[in-house]
Amino acid sequence: MSDQKVYRFSDETMATAERIMRRYPEGKQKSALIPILHLAQAEFEGWLSPGAMDYVASILNIKPIEVYEVASFYSMFNLKQVGKCVIEVCRTSSCWLLGAEDVVRHIEKKLHIKAGETTKDGMFTLKTVECLGSCGTAPMLQCGGDFYENLTLEKVDALLDKMKEQGRRRVYTKDDMVEL
Amino acid sequence: MAGKKLLLENDHIEGIRSLRVYRQHGGYQSLEKALKQMTPEQIVEEVKTSGLRGRGGAGFPTGMKWSFLAKPEGVARYLVCNADESEPGTFKDRYLMQRIPHLLIEGMIASSFALGARTSYIYIRGEYFYVARILEQAIAEAYEAGLLGKNILNSGFDHDCYVQVGAGAYICGEETALLESLEGKRGNPRIKPPFPAVAGLYGCPTVVNNVETIAAVVPIIRDGGAAYASIGVGKSTGTKLISASGHLNKPGVYEIELGVPVEEFIYSDEYCGGIRNGKKLKAVVAGGSSVPILPADLILKTANGEPRLMSYESLADGGFATGTMLGSGGFIAMDEDTSIVKNLWNFSRFYHHESCGQCSPCREGTGWMEKILHKILDGNGTLADVDLLWDIQSKIEGKTICPLGDAAAWPVASAIRHFRKEFEEYVKNGKNIRDVKHYYRLNNLVEV
Ligand SMILES: Cc1cc2nc3c(=O)[nH]c(=O)nc-3n(C[C@H](O)[C@H](O)[C@H](O)COP(=O)(O)O)c2cc1C
Ligand code: SF4
Ligand code: FES
Repeated sequence: MSDQKVYRFSDETMATAERIMRRYPEGKQKSALIPILHLAQAEFEGWLSPGAMDYVASILNIKPIEVYEVASFYSMFNLKQVGKCVIEVCRTSSCWLLGAEDVVRHIEKKLHIKAGETTKDGMFTLKTVECLGSCGTAPMLQCGGDFYENLTLEKVDALLDKMKEQGRRRVYTKDDMVEL
Repeated sequence: MAGKKLLLENDHIEGIRSLRVYRQHGGYQSLEKALKQMTPEQIVEEVKTSGLRGRGGAGFPTGMKWSFLAKPEGVARYLVCNADESEPGTFKDRYLMQRIPHLLIEGMIASSFALGARTSYIYIRGEYFYVARILEQAIAEAYEAGLLGKNILNSGFDHDCYVQVGAGAYICGEETALLESLEGKRGNPRIKPPFPAVAGLYGCPTVVNNVETIAAVVPIIRDGGAAYASIGVGKSTGTKLISASGHLNKPGVYEIELGVPVEEFIYSDEYCGGIRNGKKLKAVVAGGSSVPILPADLILKTANGEPRLMSYESLADGGFATGTMLGSGGFIAMDEDTSIVKNLWNFSRFYHHESCGQCSPCREGTGWMEKILHKILDGNGTLADVDLLWDIQSKIEGKTICPLGDAAAWPVASAIRHFRKEFEEYVKNGKNIRDVKHYYRLNNLVEV
């Protein structure tokens, strides 16, 4: 099922993975699967290709199917290619009460994509997600490891413009907050 | 008069996130007391005396849960902290962990000592990655200071505490799904019994407690269980963190003494400061999205006309006919312009999305409810659809492996119970209602 690409963690990431595996009792290293999938997603362009998942299986010495079934269960793992900045807008209760639908529509118009899609230039993917535990500062969105709260449409514009200008990939495992 | 604070007393002190400042303000004195002056059994007794009830949602007495922990010879025991916090409307654990991470760490070590757990894990939702880093930093400081690791404070007690991140799944807040996830699997809840107290993490006896529950152990050890129990009202002892959101002037996390009148909580300047833009209150979801919604009159006063209080008993007064639950303390206020039907659709969509799919009533029922609500919102519903919704929810409740099924059913039942007229209005006039304000618009673009 693997693609041609060769997957290998950097020495630093491998050291982190090994440190994580030591947190569990002998024989229970599978517990490290979710944390290591996060490392893999951050290192391999923001998504988990079959090749990347097979590589994680080999590190943990488990069957590839054990990785696929977990990766496909959790919403933070992308099983398709995504843009450099994955914009995740909370669409649940309090955010919805305070205008989350407007935020989503505004971004859809601005980026010419629908929720779930990626811009042609590969810069942005727009996702809608469920309550992110930031309801007192609604509406909000997450991008990479950072929360952007008390959104207004102007704030959203400034945020997307800055991100595009910086052109960097943003991942969950790092703080990389855009100052507005 | 400001209520007593036990958890967030020092949250505004500059640098309280660091071990140094935390200790300057009395931090880790409870741990020292626990390790040097108390036996594990005495701590469990104090927690029982305190009347502390689980703050994760179910409100189960913590001391009793602890005393159920099986202690077979030669088998490891675990404490697992539930920091999954995914119940819509709930954000208090994040606040506590990011402001005063050491309060949780101190509680983890002291509770582990009481339970005889050599290892503990804090399972935190993946979206809180930055909070996980704050906790890891705090844990590193604690190791450095000899508060974690071998022979803590020369007591002979060894303990390791680790942070585990999840990856986005509401169901992993359910304790057995959380344990599955911590074992590196899909978050499918387990059939109980066996309960985690007998067979939890890796099949070993395990206690799972919410962040706020574990943090509350710190003041209980410091002041004694009786002092804790003297705060609050009746069986609702101590303080509770409330996550207040929705159409409020001052949303945020508030530590209240249990028993504050709901009216005071919503309208006084000490707490939420009333409803935004001078609007009227229409309804409240008092304990996270899973608990029954109540119209304004019933949240402010019970059916008997007594003032409703922020306590387990008072919020539940009247049962599901006229009451609700304290749940996780996720308090969502809705103003007069809110569409209850559309809000319900939003909740039902959430539960459908989050169902793990193991039980047919939950997997299929949540999907049907979402679809029917969508049809009603689109103006294509019939009165029979409202009855069908009622029928479906009644066939999910109590018939599933885990309580997510109930959590999906209760909002539907309560919305129909208290706001049936609004459903009928959509059925009669839905096509016209469709384009009118279903929700707030940003930048005050409120359509009239
Ligand atoms: C669907 C579902 C989601 C839950 N989510 C959480 C959660 O995010 N945090 C939490 O502490 N408890 C949650 N719970 C409750 C836990 O199963 C468990 O009762 C709790 O962690 C026990 O801790 P406590 O006694 O300290 O409250 C959830 C339960 C269900 C059924
Ligand atoms: S009730 Fe729903 S979430 Fe819970 S185990 Fe069954 S299908 Fe899964
Ligand atoms: S509802 Fe959006 S963060 Fe909770």
